[in-house]
Amino acid sequence: MLALTTLPDDALIDRLQHAAFAYFIEYANAENGLVADTSREGSPCSIAVVGFALSCYPVAIANGWITRAFAVSRTLATLRFFWNSAQSDRPDATGYMGFYYHFIDMTTGRRVWQCELSLIDTTLLLAGMLTAGCYFDGAGDEAEIRSLADALYRRVDWDWAQNGGKTVAQGWKPECGFLHYGWEGYNEATVLYVLGLGSPTHPLSDAGFTNWTFTYQWENLLSRDVLYSGPLFTHLFSQAWLDFRGIQDCFMREKASDYFKNTQDTITVHRDYAARNPRGFAGYSRNFWGITAGDGPADHEIRQDLRDRRCFGYMARGVPYGPDDGTIAPWAMLATLPFGSEQALEGTRHLLRTYPEVCRQDRFCSGFNPTLTKHGAGWLSDGWYGLDQGLLVMMIENYRTGMIWSILRKCPYVRTGLERAGFDGGWLSS
Amino acid sequence: MTITPLVDKSDDSARRELLDRVRPANWENPAPKPVYDLVIVGAGPAGLAAAESAIALGLSVALLERYRLGGNSLNAGSIPSKAMIGTARVVTGVRDARDFGGFVRAKPLVDFAAVMTRMRRVRARIAEYCSVDRLHAAGVDVFFGDARFAGVKVIAVGDSRLAFKKALIATGARPCPCDIPGLERIGYQTSETIFDIETLPARLAIIGGGPLGCEMAQAFCRLGAHVILLQNDPKFLPREERDAAELLSLALSRDGVETRLNTTVTGARMAGGVRLLDTVNNEVRTSVEVDEVLLSVGRIPNMEGLCVEAARVRADPAQGIKVDDFLRTSNRDIYAAGDVCMTHKFTNVAETSGRMAVRNAFAGRRRRQSHLTIPWCTFCDPEIAHVGMYIWEAKERGISVNTVTIMMQDNDRAIVDGQDDGFVKLHLKAGTGVILGATIVASRASEMINEMSVVMSAGIGMRDLANVLHIYPAQSDAIRQAALAWARPK
Repeated sequence: MLALTTLPDDALIDRLQHAAFAYFIEYANAENGLVADTSREGSPCSIAVVGFALSCYPVAIANGWITRAFAVSRTLATLRFFWNSAQSDRPDATGYMGFYYHFIDMTTGRRVWQCELSLIDTTLLLAGMLTAGCYFDGAGDEAEIRSLADALYRRVDWDWAQNGGKTVAQGWKPECGFLHYGWEGYNEATVLYVLGLGSPTHPLSDAGFTNWTFTYQWENLLSRDVLYSGPLFTHLFSQAWLDFRGIQDCFMREKASDYFKNTQDTITVHRDYAARNPRGFAGYSRNFWGITAGDGPADHEIRQDLRDRRCFGYMARGVPYGPDDGTIAPWAMLATLPFGSEQALEGTRHLLRTYPEVCRQDRFCSGFNPTLTKHGAGWLSDGWYGLDQGLLVMMIENYRTGMIWSILRKCPYVRTGLERAGFDGGWLSS
Repeated sequence: MTITPLVDKSDDSARRELLDRVRPANWENPAPKPVYDLVIVGAGPAGLAAAESAIALGLSVALLERYRLGGNSLNAGSIPSKAMIGTARVVTGVRDARDFGGFVRAKPLVDFAAVMTRMRRVRARIAEYCSVDRLHAAGVDVFFGDARFAGVKVIAVGDSRLAFKKALIATGARPCPCDIPGLERIGYQTSETIFDIETLPARLAIIGGGPLGCEMAQAFCRLGAHVILLQNDPKFLPREERDAAELLSLALSRDGVETRLNTTVTGARMAGGVRLLDTVNNEVRTSVEVDEVLLSVGRIPNMEGLCVEAARVRADPAQGIKVDDFLRTSNRDIYAAGDVCMTHKFTNVAETSGRMAVRNAFAGRRRRQSHLTIPWCTFCDPEIAHVGMYIWEAKERGISVNTVTIMMQDNDRAIVDGQDDGFVKLHLKAGTGVILGATIVASRASEMINEMSVVMSAGIGMRDLANVLHIYPAQSDAIRQAALAWARPK
């Protein structure tokens, strides 16, 4: 097989996308459609990864990697599992009030690690379900997919999750009720609010989204005006499903921008930051960036080159306030393809040329830190993370064909949610 | 290894010197005048500033103090904490000398008793400015003892009854009482007692991640204690901006503070001669072994025994004395100032409100507390300072905000000094150069925020600020850099 770096752009993208998708086949439980959070031994299922998997099956059909029948079978298994799974306030249920626990057992679907009933991860799961529901338009099993996706979405009690508050909490636990982490400042929760507002059964209140935007920070950072959020993924997750090109909410109208353009501007800030490289990390340049949530070296007692080089484990790293320990997510540059292919490809090619070890079996690892070296090689995260692979598959497809965006533009709940959040213009006008 | 301290820790003269100035042992209260123009209850920053203003206006003044002149700020607040933080910074500077090419053979050792002696000397020196001698010389009648209102125009202190034309309540605030089961039994420190300890605790638990809790966590950690900082909230400094709080959290962790967010202390007990704090974090219950506990969970107004109802002054146990925008209480002849009535319980606010109350009461001024531009700071490293509105406050008032940020890593002096953690954020009314507020995280943000306080008080906008020459290189030049970034064509 040809080395990745020798391939022309289209072939390179195809190969990386295909390999990323293969994660959802290799690390899935075919019986129930659950997909492992990571490729590591004993990893539980992350419901968000299942949401990405459900969204990627149509992409795989379109690219000829799986048959439609296979995708229907896998999708139906997944939806049936969630429909039939235990919904109660028992601590070992799969979900409650239509939401699901962040991590569940790959076989039984029971909650693990005493994790939280997660609003954002349920949202990503639902986004996948709605993608499947909108994509599969045939009869028989495909009709059942539509019906289940609709029922699963309608079952979610967003009103309960708002808990009488102005905005939503991040989760709930049977042991202690709602977590007191809120969503402060812009982040990946836009899709959460859109789906929450679009519900025909138990929607979020109209003011919820506006109240959240009150916590936004519009900042001139590194000489560029952006709606700030530090980690790169927060600018990408919602946009894996929702097409924000040319549509604006009240906040963005006032700033004469939109969320798509804001991600483009944020990418410029990330590249400028990497070029300035204020902490003097190895590798950083205008073609080596991607500071976001991901795995990290977790070493707390390191000094190197007279600098504090303490490193963190899995965490949300951000620009420009940090935390930044010299770790980047190797997949992140390519995942920004829809927002500017030149910089995404230049960066990815530079990375593959300079540090080919970040891409084993054509699949990017979660984290890479060339500052922290052992035997001359930078620190590398073990295995792969499902979220990274799913986001990459979807963003590449959105760049190439706009497929996921176009599927969800037809989803009535998405349109309602966007309109209730105050979005208009662009494709919403048509 | 034996250390020979430069500060003689056996010398207790600083303690005596302080008391001679703020609470002389043989003090006898003066015979009261028939009627005072102004009686001030409480000789902390608000009361002292009020006394100075009143004397300047030629008024007769009685100043009543239950404990020590100088109040919490001098005796158990700003001054002792900053003295300890100063030492901790020096120790950290020695530790980090190698980052600058310096060479220190071993980890710096700390003589904690000497640290505390230095703190007491610093405190005694500063106490001179509010000493009883100085007040007496200025014409202030100082009375020590518990004061209580005996009517709408009279206050009793000890055996004396003081008639007044106007009165000012400036009794300050004290640490919130403990409601953690068992903590009273195992014993704990508060800001009122922590500066009297003589031995550095090996393991110090600090309950509360507000300004004092964070400051003390970092300082004690740098001085060699293992510090566990327990915070009920998801972030430290809950009122501050997220980015500032997160930078602080990283700085605390980098220093070695064991930080536990979202953690509630549910109980305290002794087990096998060891103090244990029982905690819960998202239903996970653990116990923490500690040698000392510092409780830092807020402050409540001092009103016990004051009998304000006798003077027809309305008050709330949690909020303190109720005042209007001019600092006047429900009794038109009685005002209040400082921590006993103000939302912002800071020394600078106390001083300013004390002066404002006197001028409003006697000089025909009508200055409003709501018009104050108030800067404040948490003195960690880096320091976190703020003035004016937060973004959420502006938005609640329907004001759209744009923020201009300069990272300290883009400030030449900060780079030179190796102090490039932090930022300058200026919050502007969208579409204008009007500055609504500023947040600064920097090594000496407390100094830098004062420039923003001047700028905002003077109504200087971004365009003019961009043209103000600053010293180069200087960390405060980051403020001008922000104005330049705003003025740059987009």
